[in-house]
Amino acid sequence: MEVAIVGLGLHPFGRTATMSGLEQGAAAVRAALADAGTDFKAMQFAFGGSQDSGNADSLVNLLGLTGLQFTNVANGCATGGSSLNAAYSAIKSGQYDVGLVVGFDKHDRGAFNPKPAEWGLDDWYGETGLMLTTQYFGMKIQRYMHDYGISRDTLIRVAEKAFRNGALTPTAWRQTALSWEEIENAPMVSEPLNKYMFCSPAEGGCALVVCRADIAHQFHSRPIYLKTAVVRSRNYGSFEVFSPSQPPEVAASPTVTASQAAFELAGLGPEDIDVAQLQDTEVGAEIMHMAENGFCAHGDQEQWLADGVTEITGRLPVNTDGGCLANGEPVGASGLRQVHEICVQLRGDGGARQVAGEPKVGYTHVYGAPGISGVNILAR
Amino acid sequence: MSGAKPLHPGLFTWPNANPSLIGSRCLDCGEHAFPSQGSCRACSGQNTQNAELGNTGTLWTWTIQSFMPKTPYHTDETPETFRPYGVGYVELPCGLKVESRLRENTPDALRIGMPMALEIISVRKDEQGDDLVTFQFCAAEEAH
Repeated sequence: MEVAIVGLGLHPFGRTATMSGLEQGAAAVRAALADAGTDFKAMQFAFGGSQDSGNADSLVNLLGLTGLQFTNVANGCATGGSSLNAAYSAIKSGQYDVGLVVGFDKHDRGAFNPKPAEWGLDDWYGETGLMLTTQYFGMKIQRYMHDYGISRDTLIRVAEKAFRNGALTPTAWRQTALSWEEIENAPMVSEPLNKYMFCSPAEGGCALVVCRADIAHQFHSRPIYLKTAVVRSRNYGSFEVFSPSQPPEVAASPTVTASQAAFELAGLGPEDIDVAQLQDTEVGAEIMHMAENGFCAHGDQEQWLADGVTEITGRLPVNTDGGCLANGEPVGASGLRQVHEICVQLRGDGGARQVAGEPKVGYTHVYGAPGISGVNILAR
Repeated sequence: MSGAKPLHPGLFTWPNANPSLIGSRCLDCGEHAFPSQGSCRACSGQNTQNAELGNTGTLWTWTIQSFMPKTPYHTDETPETFRPYGVGYVELPCGLKVESRLRENTPDALRIGMPMALEIISVRKDEQGDDLVTFQFCAAEEAH
């Protein structure tokens, strides 16, 4: 049984002072249900997640106590990917016909401050100043630039593209394009990455209605089919955040293993993808993820960015809504925003940011600490 | 640094005139880990023993922490006295790469592949006024 996405709901990312994270999640669910022309009572199951805004299943207090199976998912930045993966299995197995996937969050300003004990580390690691995700991102792209000849100009190009695309996206948090000079001269955060090269924790909600493909047209005239949903964790040797030591040999990241499995299961290859969302926690991540997901060889990104290959007008548009850089990252919702945007593009509803040529196949990739990747392949 | 105590026990040989990092080695597959651990990340076995990992290496990658971190960061610094510090992975002779604070804190002073040496630094003072110390690496020619 194929799995279809028939309802899309997004509560705009950014800051909504008047609403809790949970309320933003409920708003996203209501939008998705309206898009699918159905109601909450029709939902047989839900998978949902939130990192900082409470238990996702508390949503039933706002949406209705219907008795549905509601499972909370907590998988860091890959929460959305893991929720959708679980829903995919629930439909695919024949257990259910129609259900919900939802994610929401409302984070404080500034970088996350994780506690060492929650990551299996002793206090010294945090007390001496090593427990910062920003450092890891700086160190990973620093080594990558050294190994594959990526220049600082390429980092700036990715940020430029993100904010340019954000300016075309009515639901984006950052809707103002930034000049090369503004990006280049921004305050340094963690060499070589500066302020405009990182996404920020934010707020927002996103929900999807998923169902059996054979009943999809009862809900929406343009269903998007979820060809595959894969989640993988890190292998020994993968260079990941919060690692006091790394083995001698650098192994393929969970992005590589998730991507390869997804392409294999879908019977497709990178050349079949018309539009993609790649995790861009910071600009280096988008650059590395282009290669780790199989779209180009390591080092090719330098030329790809210079040639505009990943622009909305390019051969492989990446992060057409501005990605995490322009939308911020409400952890529970972020992976679902990626799927939402690909569905919008495949439906042809992208407005000013619509990819030309009626894209048929899309790809999403979410990545998070401490080394989890989720890949979805979608087609209309 | 007389009266100095390790902030956390077992990370480096102490007291010692020439401290060395302490990790573990898997007796089944030979892989190293830092800090020392009783199980092996590589082969899932539980047959490990402590191993001195030395006090020199080469810089594998680096960044600079340019602002004072929030908690759990815990030193005697204030936002006014905070000085940026380098952070990097130093590749040890056994091949293991250990994450560490770096004394060097400007891009000009840091280069992938440069030789590095271990040093012991004070993190903060405890209630008795004694230094709580940890390890960091610095450019090898500056080691003392």
